[in-house]
Order: sequence, then C-alpha cells, then structure tokens
Amino acid sequence: MSSMQEAAVLATAETAPQPRRRGRDRSGRGGAGNWVIGVFSIVALVIMMIPIVYTIVFSFNDARRTNIVWRSFTFDNWLSVCDDPRVCESFGNSIIVGVVATIAATTLGTMIAIAIVRYTFRMRTLITVLLFLPMATPEVVLGSGLGSQFVNMGVERGLWTIIVAHIMFCISFVVVTVRARVASLDPSLEEAGRDLYASPAQVFWRVTLPLLMPGILAAALLCFALSFDDFIITNFVSGNAETFPKFVYVAASRGIPPQSNVIASAVFVFAIVLVVVAQVSAGFRRRKIARVG
Amino acid sequence: MAFGAFASSGPDLSGAAPRRRSYIAIILLAPGVLYLVATFIAPLVSLVLTSFKEPGGDFEVGEYVYAFRWENYLEVFERFGEIFLRTFGYSIIATIIALVVSYPLAYFIGVILRPFPLWQSLVLILVIAPFFISFLLRTLAWKSIFADEGPVVSFLQTVGVLGPEDYLNGTAFTVVFGLTYNFIPFMTLPIYASLERLDLRYVEAGDDLYAGAGARFWRIILPLSLPGVVSGTLLTFIPASGDYINASKDFLGSTNTVMAGNVINDLFFQSFYPISAAVAIVLMIAILIPVIAYVAKSGSEELL
Repeated sequence: MSSMQEAAVLATAETAPQPRRRGRDRSGRGGAGNWVIGVFSIVALVIMMIPIVYTIVFSFNDARRTNIVWRSFTFDNWLSVCDDPRVCESFGNSIIVGVVATIAATTLGTMIAIAIVRYTFRMRTLITVLLFLPMATPEVVLGSGLGSQFVNMGVERGLWTIIVAHIMFCISFVVVTVRARVASLDPSLEEAGRDLYASPAQVFWRVTLPLLMPGILAAALLCFALSFDDFIITNFVSGNAETFPKFVYVAASRGIPPQSNVIASAVFVFAIVLVVVAQVSAGFRRRKIARVG
Repeated sequence: MAFGAFASSGPDLSGAAPRRRSYIAIILLAPGVLYLVATFIAPLVSLVLTSFKEPGGDFEVGEYVYAFRWENYLEVFERFGEIFLRTFGYSIIATIIALVVSYPLAYFIGVILRPFPLWQSLVLILVIAPFFISFLLRTLAWKSIFADEGPVVSFLQTVGVLGPEDYLNGTAFTVVFGLTYNFIPFMTLPIYASLERLDLRYVEAGDDLYAGAGARFWRIILPLSLPGVVSGTLLTFIPASGDYINASKDFLGSTNTVMAGNVINDLFFQSFYPISAAVAIVLMIAILIPVIAYVAKSGSEELL
C-alpha cells in the first residue's frame, strides 16, 4: 500500500463519524468456516461422482458373462453395442417414448403455463392443486394407479401406454418451468407488435413464442430426461414393451451386459456437452447484452 | 435452465400485466387439464375402487370383482404395519442426511462461489450430472462398490469396523445410503435456488450488529433460505418414501429391507391387485398429510 493511500485511509478513519468497530476484512468474512464448507462440499461432490465414473469405466471392461469384476481395458463394447439386440431395441424404444412424450407434454404444459400467468379463470385454485399433485405423489402410486386402470379397462399395455404415462408426469414440470418464463416476459414487446398492426396470431407466433423458447426448450429437456430415465411408472404400464431402464432392471438379476454401460455413458456425455454448451452460450449472450446495455 | 423447476417460489408477478378473463384461457387449459383428469385423477379413483375389490366368482388368481371389502385395509395394517414404519424410518433418515449434506453444498455454490460465475455453473452441472446417467446403473454401481469382496467392505474389515463375516449389501445401511445418494440433488437444487437469491447485505447488517457466526446463520441465513429447505425436504422425502429400487434385493436391499413400494410392486405383479392398491392408497395418504400441512401454510399460489 502506498503512503498516499495509507494517508487517505487514515484520513477517512479520522473524519468518519463512526469508525469501523472491528477491523475485519469484509471480503474474507467467515474465512475458516468457508474453507471447511468448501472442503466438505468437494468431498460430497467427489462421492456423488463415484457411480458415474464407475459406470463409464466399466463400459470399457472386457467383461465376459457379468460386468462386475474388472478384467481388462477394451473398446469392444463400444464397437459392438448392438450385439445384445435387446440393448439397442430398448434404447430405441426409450428414444421414441421420450420424443413423443416430450412433444406432447411440452405443448400441453406450455398452453397451461400461458393461461395461468395471463388469464383469470374459474376454479383457479383447484386447477393449481391438480397441477401440483402429480409432483407430490410418489411414482409408485402414479404407476400402480395407471396400471390398475389399464387392467380394469382391459387395455393391452405396450409402448403407447408408456407414452400416455410419461406425458402425464411431465406436464406439471413443463408448467412450472415455462410459467417462470411467461411471467418474466415484458408485455410491452407484444404491445409493440400490436401497434405495428400484427394480428393476435402473428403476435403469438412471431413475438411471444420466440421469447418463450428458452423456457420451452429447458422444459422439453427436463421432460425428456425424466422420461428417458423413468423406470418405476414405466414398469407398471409397459406390458411386454421394454425401455432402456426396464431392460437394465430385468437384466439386474442375471447380470448387466457392458453394452448397457456404453449406452448410458454415451447418453451422459451427450447430455453434459449439451448443458455445457447451453450454459456457455447463455453466459456469452448475457455478457453481450451487458456490453450493449 | 431447468433448475427453475426446483425453485421454491415463482417469480414476483406484481409488476406483470393484469390478468384478463377470456375464452382463450379455456382453450389453452382444457386439453392439458382434461388429460390430467383422465390419466391422473381417473387412475386414483380406479386405485380406490380396486382397493375394495374382492376375489371373483371362480376364485382364479387375478380375478376380482367390484365390492366394498374394507377388510382389505385391515389386512394391509396387520400384514404391512411394520413395513410402513420402516418405509418412513428409512426415508426420514435419508431426508435428514440429505439435508445435512446439501445445505453446506448449496451454500458453497450459491454464496461462496458467487464471485466466480464460471465455477458456480460448473459445480452446478456436477450436482445435476447424476440425472443424465441411468438411475438404475448408478445404484448397481454402489452395489458393486459395497459388495462383500469389494473395496469398502475389505477396508472396513481391515480397519476392524466390520467383522470378517460382516457385510453391507442388503442391510439398512446400504438402502438408506442409496436413498440419500439418489435424491440429494432434489434437496440441493431448491436450497441453492434460495441461497443464490440471498441478499448478503442482510448478513453484513447482522455482522454490524455484533451477531456471531452462529446467530448470523440461525437468525438470518437459515430463515431466508427456509422456502428452499421446505421444498427440498418434500422433493426428497416424497420420492424416497415411494422408492423400491434401492430396497429391492437385486439392488441395495434384501428381504429384511422391504419398503412399501416393494410391496405395491410385488403384489401388483403377482396379480394381487386389491391389496397392492390398498397399500398404495395408505402410502399416498400418509405422504399427503405433511404435504397438505405445507400447502395450507404457504398458500396454493406458491406451489407452482
């Protein structure tokens, strides 16, 4: 610290009506405590990463019948993913279910989100509770409920009943995610559209929807992730159809083929790259807006 | 990001345009609401009706007719009373451990890492990373790690914590560990969402008023992050109490760790639909009581 700065600090201290009572450095507040919390958090995160690393490492294991003991490193599992046809078939089914359920649930949920933020309607509380309840009900109850309904109605269970179930549990999560985006929308942008003689439909498709897109995409991603990894509800409504998690569950009693680790690892890497790219580009956009503003 | 889904309270709507009344609202709401009535409400009704069914005329397995056999519920309490106690015991312990681990973790991300946005988003990605890799495979990974010849058991036997004949898999320890591990992100994210919005000037004000570290935490930080703690607790407790993967014998459990979810699943697939449905109804009611208490306290508008 230069003597001039020192003098300035001293001068301020002298002239200030109430000098700092304790000469504690604000930026380092709770220093030791923060270090303890930091180390604790890093240990917790490392433990949370163990099963992920394990799953990925064992996708490279030269496993024979069961993939439990480490033998040696190989790329074979990655090159022969579809050697066990059920692995790839169930993976394909999961993609079909995920895509169809995501499109349907995102559409229905976005419509509800817009209605909830923008309009008044009768039975508002009742509808809010109806949207909240599926998230507050354990999956095993949702699954056995739908399952017993299909049994009572004599419906043949298969891929389409899985899709029906996944749309149901996704809707509420879509509403929650998109609602926040609708609420933060600046109404003056739509007003500007109307002032420029745009029809209500044009305002919706060319102003409202593009502005809602980040929220809608986040909701779709969340819905796809929930659908792709769901086992409990799927199990009750799937009949003979097999999704990827159901294949893993069925195989668990006999031994999981390493190819299922390959699928899970590949999906994981893809999703992480997607999230990192989204985060980084959002960061850049924010910085750009900050610079312009 | 999808984190919004876990945030405890919605954004402040007071500044938004006033809500209008229009037929458009009905057009927007009807498809989704009717869908939920058909696929959520109707199955619940179906579950209640099934829970009172009695065996059909020819007494074949899986053949039941509509009736009002309330004794089904008596049977549930007699046969599975202990399992319900275990279910809530396991899920309450798992929720408490998840809270104790998640709070410092959420504080680390939301407050300590606040001056470093890049690190903040990277660590946040680590917290949600488990969502992107199969829940079942992750649980099976723990099963291998806790296996009788695995690293953890060998280490604990060498140290002398476990005897040479002792094991971990299939015990209450591994089931509670699995439940805690699997639902920790649901606890961390809402607490993070609350702490991230925490205005540090309140903490500084407490500091100026001679509050010690303890007082600053208990009287300023914790009350301000309470909404996150409440929703995190619900988001952890609800799925944990309905889970049957961790407690299943092919995963981290055994016949000694059976939870309510296992009973519902096993009876359903053995075609004992009425008892399975009755267990599900009892489980749902037992879970809804604390949830309704929370709803009554915070108001329905806060839910979404």
